[in-house]
Amino acid sequence: MAKIITVTSGKGGVGKTTTTAALGAALARTGDKVVVVDFDVGLRNLDLIMGAERRVVYDFVNVIQGDARLPQALIKDKRLDSLFLLPASQTRDKDALTEEGVDKVIEDLSRHFDWVICDSPAGIERGATLAMRHADIAVVVTNPEVSSVRDSDRIVGILDSKTLKAERGETVDKRLLLTRYDAVRAARGDMLKTEDVLDILSLPLLGIVPESPDVLRASNFGVPVSIHDPDSAPARAYNDAARRLKGEDLAVEVPKQKLGLFGKFLRRAA
Amino acid sequence: MNAVSRSGPSIRFRGRSFMAMTLVADVPLQQWLADFDIWLERSPGFFTGRTVVLDMVGTAASKAEVERWIGELATRGVRLIGLEGIRPSMVDASMPPLLRGGRDATLIIPDEPVAVPEAPRKSAEPAEPVNMVIEQRVRSGQSIVCLEGDVTIVGSVGAGAEIIAGGSIHVYGALAGRAIAGATFGAKARIFCTKMEAELIAVDGIYRTAEDIDASLRGRPVRVWTEDDALRLAAL
Repeated sequence: MAKIITVTSGKGGVGKTTTTAALGAALARTGDKVVVVDFDVGLRNLDLIMGAERRVVYDFVNVIQGDARLPQALIKDKRLDSLFLLPASQTRDKDALTEEGVDKVIEDLSRHFDWVICDSPAGIERGATLAMRHADIAVVVTNPEVSSVRDSDRIVGILDSKTLKAERGETVDKRLLLTRYDAVRAARGDMLKTEDVLDILSLPLLGIVPESPDVLRASNFGVPVSIHDPDSAPARAYNDAARRLKGEDLAVEVPKQKLGLFGKFLRRAA
Repeated sequence: MNAVSRSGPSIRFRGRSFMAMTLVADVPLQQWLADFDIWLERSPGFFTGRTVVLDMVGTAASKAEVERWIGELATRGVRLIGLEGIRPSMVDASMPPLLRGGRDATLIIPDEPVAVPEAPRKSAEPAEPVNMVIEQRVRSGQSIVCLEGDVTIVGSVGAGAEIIAGGSIHVYGALAGRAIAGATFGAKARIFCTKMEAELIAVDGIYRTAEDIDASLRGRPVRVWTEDDALRLAAL
């Protein structure tokens, strides 16, 4: 049986889809069988980030409505043999996803994969609650700023009440992934500090992904950032996060500001 | 849209639904017919005056096989009013029309077969083609469906948009979304666009995704048609 991960945040634009693709590729790179599922019906993007948009024939809604069988809708990644995508439909709305339909698809997927990663849409409506329904692990993607932290707090509350695990009296394993972390702004005090975010949300930290042009570059190429340039800072952060998901105990590295020559000399103002 | 009124005799079309019995075909044909004959021996006259639709889903029958099937049933006194579950291109004028969108219903079979008047053959056939013209850009997420005829778009079709036509599709602009032609009228349908950027094109159920579209045709005016059950593309 697969472990089911839901990547969620409440707020839009914090990096859910980037994270889904990056964690999916990072886990698949270790040889595990991984499927990433786009729950954002009507505003799909995961296919673009995965570079599979030119190969979509059938989608999640087609499978739920019985127009296609699940293997017909799964798209195999071109770079990693054990990575698959189930794309969302762009022309339907979220009501096309039914609870029974989602249950059936997730159940089928979890029989054939090691990891099922659900990319949640923004918000707290139907699409988001359906995406988190089956979660064993929730990756709460948060930017170090007040509005994102507040939305994440709201999502954590929903994770504790509206998931199958919650209904069974169990709790979903929730991990915080801090993204778009800007070391320069953190040093200036323009951003919430990591400790403050951890304090407010009181979740274990899965990783800190620095703000980086590498992320944008990778998505423009349609390659998950974790495999686009494995030596880049965000790629290392995502690959480490994947190792933590697999149970490794790694210390979380806080991205540091790269200082130039003058920076080193002029570090402190008197 | 403005209503145009004119005098003169008017022809009226009405929608009406009838209950039909669906006979589910199974392969191999010979075996199925043998079973059918045994069954018919026990219930002679069962099909007299009944409206019957032949469901071919899952048989993967060729046109010749479908014709043979229809013929074999006719010799046993089963008159088909429609076919289900085969490609539109396999149906010609000599065959019962292809039916779509059937819903399951409880079939109440009276003990005595009732003499049903002439089967409503006409109502199942598509009426005059109804064509659709859209004079604006079709945006991502929009789905234009016209199963009765052709669709013409004066403008572009964005990535993530979808056009489904019973007949042909004409796009006077960039086609960056999906174009599915021939959903009703099959292999006769074509796709034309002034700039080919499509995510997926299909005629009569035969599709091709962006990845399999020849890169040399990208961005150019292109026409798409079918020939011998294969999709063909050429620059205009």
